[in-house]
This record gives sequence, structure tokens and C-alpha cells, in this order.
Amino acid sequence: MKKKDINKIEQEMKLANSGLSEKEKTLFSNARPAPVKPLNKYLEKFLNWARAESLWILGYGTGCGAIELRPLMTSRFDIFRYGIAPRPTPRQSSVFIIGGYASLKTIKRIVRSYEQMQGPKFVIALGSCTINGGMYYDSYYTINRIDHYIPVDIYVAGCMPRPESLIAGFDKLKENIKAGECDGMNRYAENFDWYKNNQKKIIKDWDMPDYNW
Amino acid sequence: MIIKITYAIISVLVAIIYGLSLNGVVRKIYARVHGRFGPPVWQPFVDIIKTHGKSVAISHGIMYYLGPVFRLAGGLGTYLFIPVIFGSVVFSNFSMAGDLLLVMYFIFFGQLGMALGAGEGGHPYSPIGISRGLSQMTTFEVPFALSVIAIAIQYNTLNITTIVAAQQGGILNWTLFTNPLAVVAAMISMLGMNMHSPFSIVLAPQEIPIGPPIEMNSSFLATLQTNRGLFGAAKLVLFMNLYFGGAAHPNIFVALAIMIVKTFLIYMFSVFVGAAFPRFRPEQSMRFFLKWPTLIGIAAIIIVAYF
Repeated sequence: MKKKDINKIEQEMKLANSGLSEKEKTLFSNARPAPVKPLNKYLEKFLNWARAESLWILGYGTGCGAIELRPLMTSRFDIFRYGIAPRPTPRQSSVFIIGGYASLKTIKRIVRSYEQMQGPKFVIALGSCTINGGMYYDSYYTINRIDHYIPVDIYVAGCMPRPESLIAGFDKLKENIKAGECDGMNRYAENFDWYKNNQKKIIKDWDMPDYNW
Repeated sequence: MIIKITYAIISVLVAIIYGLSLNGVVRKIYARVHGRFGPPVWQPFVDIIKTHGKSVAISHGIMYYLGPVFRLAGGLGTYLFIPVIFGSVVFSNFSMAGDLLLVMYFIFFGQLGMALGAGEGGHPYSPIGISRGLSQMTTFEVPFALSVIAIAIQYNTLNITTIVAAQQGGILNWTLFTNPLAVVAAMISMLGMNMHSPFSIVLAPQEIPIGPPIEMNSSFLATLQTNRGLFGAAKLVLFMNLYFGGAAHPNIFVALAIMIVKTFLIYMFSVFVGAAFPRFRPEQSMRFFLKWPTLIGIAAIIIVAYF
């Protein structure tokens, strides 16, 4: 069999959802995420502009970096000026900020929230501990590289980065979105098995569907 | 007939654009109160384009699809039976005898449709938001209905165009001066209708993360956002027509300007109260509407009917 055919079969394969009980399996979707092709050139460009100018942050402070988001949203730094606003639900937001270290308990919620966001979705990894573990590099309960578990678009290094550097990160993110380079959702769908393997390796109590639609 | 439909489409587009710009301006005003610059005035438009441009949309079933549709239908129904500009052909919409009752029904209709749609989303915060929304709505409808009954007795009609016509010919002919108690009751009820704080218990972002539309995403949310602009404009125009003399001028653009100024000032009442007061708890909000505004509404009816 050619590799292309195998890939096709794999794509059509349904997810096992083995973490769920028989009763729960009927309640969740077992479809795999599929990459989304861009629309026609000019329409996509226009939509990318709108996506960049209206970024809604998922209001879920995942680590200690979340403390930097408060001055960002209030009068000191006022992120609303740039069309960025917090949104209380993953369904409506387009930017997920990983606020620093992710413990094993948090990474489960991070995966769930990330998968529930509707594409196109972008991830900003805030702080050194998301890049290589930072000061938690040898911690037994903290993961070192966040991009082994979800695709990351922008890294903001520092411990902790100031709100200004986060604003610079947002600017870079906007540039990339307008250039059409932020395709984290498609990367996640294409390398779905790799990401899932990594996630399942560290999340031992996997009691959720394989993909949270 | 085709001309009438074309006029209706123009009228609806104007209302949506006006309503969304108003939202943008109000966000700016709130930001200034907080000591911020705030988002650009056109931000609501960009938000709608973006939510429509999402590449994935998750649905939870048929009622989930119909929820935003009902909501938009409620907004359209409310707007299309209100004459926006007195004496104008383009902006008279489908005003007819008894349209006031129909409009009051449509104000409720969208909420009920949304309740069914959001309920199917399955998120626990949706039903909490809906139960808060519907019970608050029931209570603020009481002073509003009393106020409408008072002016129906006063003008002896249920047609909005006739009510506007009766208020022409000078500022002292406005309901505001001929029947002040009814206006007070209605304006207090409008605070609840616009759902700014202290009556922002439905969308309450820090308590029940935005309540009913919590599961709404992509185009579903964009439909709701569009409706927010349209419905907001419709309610303000209704209040302008019933209590503040409507907008009338031979030149359509001057009349539109009058409409914009009047509705903006009416809305500012809600915004100023909202910027100054913290949020009520649900039971506080409901008790509030059933106390003073209701008594004022009853007094308005008694005064109109017997004095």
C-alpha cells in the first residue's frame, strides 16, 4: 500500500475514545479534526485582517504569567486599544495564552480548552518555562516544552515577561496572521497522532474524548 | 410591494449600522470612565466580520441553529413595525394599527427563541443565564406595560404613528411633559431592557461567563452580535417615538440626525447609570422592578384615567 493511501485510511478512521465508558461514548463525537483549506486569495486576506484586528483571548490563567494579563487589560496598558479583548469561553475566543509553567493537571485542561476553541486559533506561550521548562526544568510535575502538546504560534520569553513584551508578542502575532502564517489549527490536525501520543504519555488519568469538539 | 421591501432593507441596514456604531461609542465611553482609551469605534464591525470568518463552527442540534435565528427574527420584528421617522416613506417600515402590541410581543419573542437555542448547548451556565434573563424580563415588562397602557389611554390608540403624530408641534407636546409619570416608569424599565449594570445579571461576565450565548460560536455568535445592534436601535427608536416626540422633519437627513441625537441621549441614561452603579444580585434586580417603577406606572394610569 502506498503511504498516501495509508494516510487516507487513517484520516477516515474514527477515534477510539478509549478513555470514556461505553455510556459516555455515545455522548461525544469520535471524528478526527481535519485541516481546513484557505478560501480564495482576496477573501482570505480580508478575513485574516479581521482576525488580526479582533483577537479574543481565552480568559483562562494557566500559570503564574496570568498575573501579567491584569495590568494589560486595565488602564495601565489597556490592551483593548489594539482590538484585543478577554472572552470567558473557549468557544468564542481565538487566542490562547499559556501563562507560564503548565503542571500535569493544567495541561489536561489546556488540551481540552484548546480543542474546544473554534479555528483559526492561535497560541501565545508566555514565559521561559513554556519554551524549555525555565526554572521548573527538573520539576517532577511540570512539563518542559509546551509545543510538544499543542502547536504554538508566538513565544514571549522572560521570567516573567513584562506586559510590554506581551504587547510586542501580540504585534508579532498580528503580523503573522495578516501574512497568513499562523496555521496552528492545521498543524494540529495534520500531526494529530503525534500530539495525542505526547499528551497521553504524560496525562495518566485520560477520562475525556480523544478530541474535544 | 417591491419598493416597500427595498425600503425595509435600507431601513434595517441603517439601523444595524447605527446600532453597532452606538455600541462602539458606548464601549469608548465606558473605557474613558475606567481611565482607558478603549477599542476603536469600529471594533464591533471587525468583531462581526471575524466571527463570520471562523473556519469551523460547532453545532449542538436543530434548536441550537434556530436560537440565533429566532433572536434575529425578534430584533427584525421589533424594528420593522416601528416607524423610525415620522412622515417618511422609506423609514416608515410596516407600521399599522395596533403595532404597539405587536412590538411588545416581539421584544419578548427573541428572548424565548434564544432560551430554547441556548438550552440545547448543554452548558450549565446557559440555563442559569436564561432563567435570570426571562425572570428579569418578566419583571421589567410590568412597569413598561403599565406605562404603555397609560399612553394608550392618553392618546386613545395603539398605533405608534398616531402616538407620534399626537406629540408634534412643540416640545411641550411630548409625552415626557404631558405624562411624566409614564415616562419615568418606562425609562426605569429601559435600564433593565438595555441590560447595563446594575441590571447586567444575564450576561454577567464575572459570575456566569456571558450566560446564554456561552456555547454560541462562529456564525451563530455573529448573528447574535448583528441582532444586538439592530435590537438596541429598535428599542431606542421605540422609546423616542412613544415618549420623546419621534423624529420628524421634511428633510430626511435632518430627520435622521434628529433620530440619532435623541436616541443617543436616551441611551446615555442607561450608560451613565451603568457606569456609576455596580451589579445587582438577581433577586435585588427583580424586586426593584416590582416596587417603585411598578407603583409609578400604576399612578400614571390612575392620573391619566381619572384626572
